[in-house]
Amino acid sequence: MLDQRVDLAGVELKNPIVVPSGTFGFGREYGQFFDLSELGAICVKGLTPQPREGNPAPRIAETPMGILNSVGLQNPGVDTFIAQELPELRKHDVKVIANISGNTPEEYGGMCEKLSAAGVDMIEVNISCPNVKAGGLAYGTRPELAAEVTEVAKRHAAVPVMVKLSPNVTDIAEIARAAAGAGADALSLINTIRGMRIDVKTRRPILKMNTGGLSGPAVLPVAVRMVWEVRAAVDLPILGMGGVSTGTDAAELMLAGATAVAVGTASFADVYAPVRIRDELLALAEAQGLSRISELTGAVRPWE
Amino acid sequence: MPIQAECTVAELVRLNEFAYSMTLETGEAMAAQVSCGQFVHLKCGGERLLRRPISVCQWGENTLRVVFEVRGAGTAWLSRRKPGDRVDVLGPLGRGFDLSGRRLLVVGGGIGVPPMLGCAQEAARLGKEVHAVLGFRDEGRRMLTGDFIDCCRSLNVISDDGSTGRKGFVTELVEEFLQAQACGTCDPVLCTGCSGRPAPPEVLACGPKAMLRAVAQVCQTYGVGCQVSLEERMGCGVGACLVCACDMADGRRKHVCKDGPVFRAEEVSWDA
Ligand SMILES: Cc1cc2nc3c(=O)[nH]c(=O)nc-3n(C[C@H](O)[C@H](O)[C@H](O)COP(=O)(O)OP(=O)(O)OC[C@H]3O[C@@H](n4cnc5c(N)ncnc54)[C@H](O)[C@@H]3O)c2cc1C
Ligand SMILES: Cc1cc2nc3c(=O)[nH]c(=O)nc-3n(C[C@H](O)[C@H](O)[C@H](O)COP(=O)(O)O)c2cc1C
Ligand code: FES
Repeated sequence: MLDQRVDLAGVELKNPIVVPSGTFGFGREYGQFFDLSELGAICVKGLTPQPREGNPAPRIAETPMGILNSVGLQNPGVDTFIAQELPELRKHDVKVIANISGNTPEEYGGMCEKLSAAGVDMIEVNISCPNVKAGGLAYGTRPELAAEVTEVAKRHAAVPVMVKLSPNVTDIAEIARAAAGAGADALSLINTIRGMRIDVKTRRPILKMNTGGLSGPAVLPVAVRMVWEVRAAVDLPILGMGGVSTGTDAAELMLAGATAVAVGTASFADVYAPVRIRDELLALAEAQGLSRISELTGAVRPWE
Repeated sequence: MPIQAECTVAELVRLNEFAYSMTLETGEAMAAQVSCGQFVHLKCGGERLLRRPISVCQWGENTLRVVFEVRGAGTAWLSRRKPGDRVDVLGPLGRGFDLSGRRLLVVGGGIGVPPMLGCAQEAARLGKEVHAVLGFRDEGRRMLTGDFIDCCRSLNVISDDGSTGRKGFVTELVEEFLQAQACGTCDPVLCTGCSGRPAPPEVLACGPKAMLRAVAQVCQTYGVGCQVSLEERMGCGVGACLVCACDMADGRRKHVCKDGPVFRAEEVSWDA
């Protein structure tokens, strides 16, 4: 029997398939199609200290094997999440990872305290949002800012802290090292890649925000490369994501260095994608004669 | 609860140069859940990642019918299906029309006409008094009018160029209909209901946003209830990804796939 369990910074997932932040809401909708307990963990929609209505529509554009989105962190706020959504999620046997975004390190700290007290299993710090103090620069693009946010989050959190890295950087290993140096317990990557589409008839960008974040199969090779680079740079468990739509895709990310894998955009085409991909991944591991799924992690044999 | 299933195409027919009618064998589990104004999210071949939202036009015991126009690659793919082919369907989704009113005026414009047929038929089945007002760009785009005649007390058609029905916009017909609801003695706008006045109708509309805005305005003027079916680009279709945002009058943003596609007209921010 294949051992499906993986250890993500001390949090035991019953299998390596996770759903990432923003594509799965708080689980209620897809919970109509399958039992959420089938998943290793759920990363909830990005939370902010106050409720946010997000950006105007259109917020989505289709691209060759991908999508652009510009939702803009619409969410009910951390307090409403704790009061109304967390108790629902807790009815399922699944690990809950709270994804947070703030404008200042203090905002991250405050949310870490509240969420730790509320009993989430892990906190995922999204550092891809602009920092007002540093003049709108994303925390995820400057090592010293990434380190500062990580350090503050760690200080206020009583549960493991995972830092979610942006791919919109020249050297992702540098940011990974900064987060690791500041005490991150795990890293997740990749967030979406900035992109743009234009309607040639109207000459208008399709997204009302002009640009948005690319996800879906188109980004898989970028995700595999970045997970591989980060794995080589730091000794932290990685939640890999970006474009996974089959069990083989998930295995690729694990071979590159991921401990667990998140399946996001794939759910839009197939509501059963996370469970299907889990089954495909497990079948692949069994066919390869593995005794533990975790044997895949980092087992790529790169050319010299 | 919505279902995701591969369904066999039972029939694909062309209604006019632009519109296709597709009947899908969905099985009873999906068909039995449909209420008018809901939509299905259709996978349109392997190359396109996103499903396409299409309103349910009619439904039977174990089938449902959609009517669509070819707009881009996805709907073109759909139009090339043949009976016996399979289409991946997710549905039924969204919140449809509230048919609790005793007298209903269904208003459809262009590709907004098909979903109103299901509404008119369902309302007629429920014993309501149904009237219809339909707008088309021209004669070449006229469709389904015979089906409306079968279930509606009255039907009026109007077109942009006058090639079918009168020339003009549906709003004119809506206004005339509401005006005719007066007792004949009172001012139609000011009359809030005297003994001579019939029960005020509820207006249900689907069509381009500009049409819906105009219809909502007329309804407001005459003080009658109005429900509108909105469109927005979608991802998941089930309420999880939050991309299908729609601006509300109170400054909040709701989601077309889950909170709609049908909203009360006064809820919607029409300036957005
Ligand atoms: C709730 C709802 C009900 C609908 N009902 C019908 C119907 O009954 N009949 C019908 O013909 N059309 C209907 N539409 C519009 C239909 O979804 C689009 O025409 C279709 O998605 C176009 O896809 P495409 O690949 O042909 O076009 P493309 O322009 O190539 O599509 C590119 C992307 O944009 C999206 N898109 C383009 N136009 C629209 C639009 N108007 N609304 C939402 N997404 C859009 C597509 O889904 C796709 O993701 C409905 C839309 C919504 C939101
Ligand atoms: C509609 C949408 C909303 C998202 N919202 C968030 C978010 O709130 N916080 C976050 O950290 N990432 C967010 N993401 C990024 C995903 O979590 C994930 O990193 C990315 O989509 C790549 O995975 P995928 O290709 O499997 O979707 C969002 C992605 C999409 C498509
Ligand atoms: S399309 Fe995903 S929430 Fe509406």
